[in-house]
Amino acid sequence: MTEMDWGPLWLTMQLAAVTVGVLLVVGTPLAWWLAFTKSRFRTMVEAIVALPIVLPPTVLGFYLLIALGPLGPIGGPWMELTGSPLSFTFTGLVIASSFYSLPFVVQPLHGAFEAVGRKPLEAAWALGASKFDAFLSVASPMAIRGYLSAIVLGFAHTLGEFGVVLMVGGNIPGVTKVLSIAIYDHVEVLEYSQAHFLSAFLLIFSFLILTVVYTINRRLPVHVS
Amino acid sequence: MNYLDARFQIAYPGFQFDVECTMPLEGTTAIFGTSGSGKTTLLRCIAGLLRAPSGCLKFGQDLWQDEHTFLPIQKRRVGVVFQDARLFPHLNAKHNLEYGMKRIQVSDRHIHVDQVIELLGLEKLLERRVHHLSGGEQQRVAIGRALLISPQLLLMDEPLASLDHQRKKEILPFIQRLNQDLQIPVLYVSHDLNEILQLANHMVLIKEGKVAATGSIQEVFSRLDLPGLVEPNIVGAILETRIADHEPDFGLTRVEFEGQSLFIPKQELAVGSPLRVHIHARDVSLVVGAPAASSSVLNSLEATVVEIEESPRDQYAMEVLLDVGCPLLAMITRKSFHQLNLHPGQKVHAYFKAVALS
Repeated sequence: MTEMDWGPLWLTMQLAAVTVGVLLVVGTPLAWWLAFTKSRFRTMVEAIVALPIVLPPTVLGFYLLIALGPLGPIGGPWMELTGSPLSFTFTGLVIASSFYSLPFVVQPLHGAFEAVGRKPLEAAWALGASKFDAFLSVASPMAIRGYLSAIVLGFAHTLGEFGVVLMVGGNIPGVTKVLSIAIYDHVEVLEYSQAHFLSAFLLIFSFLILTVVYTINRRLPVHVS
Repeated sequence: MNYLDARFQIAYPGFQFDVECTMPLEGTTAIFGTSGSGKTTLLRCIAGLLRAPSGCLKFGQDLWQDEHTFLPIQKRRVGVVFQDARLFPHLNAKHNLEYGMKRIQVSDRHIHVDQVIELLGLEKLLERRVHHLSGGEQQRVAIGRALLISPQLLLMDEPLASLDHQRKKEILPFIQRLNQDLQIPVLYVSHDLNEILQLANHMVLIKEGKVAATGSIQEVFSRLDLPGLVEPNIVGAILETRIADHEPDFGLTRVEFEGQSLFIPKQELAVGSPLRVHIHARDVSLVVGAPAASSSVLNSLEATVVEIEESPRDQYAMEVLLDVGCPLLAMITRKSFHQLNLHPGQKVHAYFKAVALS
């Protein structure tokens, strides 16, 4: 492996980790709301959350590029607040990845919270737990498999992201040049051995992580039914 | 004595829930009705799990709900036992028991873990995970968990309905002991007449979202104007007796009620223990004048006729409400009624066979 390839690998891991972190913070309340609301906007929000699954990454990337740009609805205020642009930065990439991987975190959590249901929460409230306490001490541990799936799927999906990164982040070594783009670059210049190496790494890594998760999932003591 | 004053109105599509009742905050009050009558809705409103758009709820002197107030369930300190035990699957039995206790002030903990473990026989279950407990064991842990918040009121929503007959028999004695040992008022929702006859002192009868009757259990069951609610075995009376002695040669137990003796099939209970005895209205015969010198019927009580009405349940029968120290309902044929020329105030003898409740 050349000196250059550690950069994209490390960057990719960082991006995936930060993205999953952001998504857990944002996705938990969103998934909770979807699981328990009776609002008529629920289906609409559900559809919006699922959009990144069906949209071509380039379409999503195109809109994000505009939104994150210095005149866009996200990039504009950011520019005013911080004095620096969002597009073609690591932060911009995190925001874009968060949109891109949103359904992969929200959907498992949504399913897990729905499986928990209102009943154990009612029991917890009756035993004196506040709503937040009941979420922490009852719903979260019961939804542990959902969290595990959300973390793994969110992480793995961000690892493999290409189209959105290319549109929003470009290809700046050390800043936005992630693994999948590095592979593309290698193939472009016919460096097949490096491309093989990185691809095999991504393949094996993804396989291992999924195997570990499914194993843990089977052995978790919590059975929610 | 303190009372729970409740009034709730909820308009559901095609169903109007409109309940107003007062329940004593002592002993066990049964909320009885068929499924879909609204009895669980009433319990959920009292618990604070459901907020009726229009309602008022007073617990003794404390206001729990009116137009402006809604005390959240966490502040009501009510123990709730659901039909499904709703134990937390990620905690073992012991941690389930302690969940609520840890969340109340130390100074409010009047009921102790050891007491509950003893009362409900939980000793051997403590380290077990929830899915290694049987349905009956889960329900016992759930009852213990609710008791450990030292509740001001214990609400039980058909706690035995999802259990088989054997398990029910296993848990009922525990529930019977709750009231005597811990002095917590209990509201007990059920559609099972047998459970209610064994447990309750007071009763609220709910029918189609309204209160159809309320009062002591003896009063409610001897009312003549409540057709079709307690069929097929119409309850004649519920007598609070004490075991006097056993006659093992005859397979009988003698119990005492208001200074008179009754015989029931043999019971495995110590002399002096309280026992509820239950008489079916159809098993009661009436004799006017001197009691028969000899009869195969072992039990008779002196009775005064209070009220007589045509039976709403059987066109050839009359229902006679008697006073034997508590209300006793007799179902007799129209023919007997005419021959005996019964009228209110008359002294008669009631002959019957009695069945113990267990």
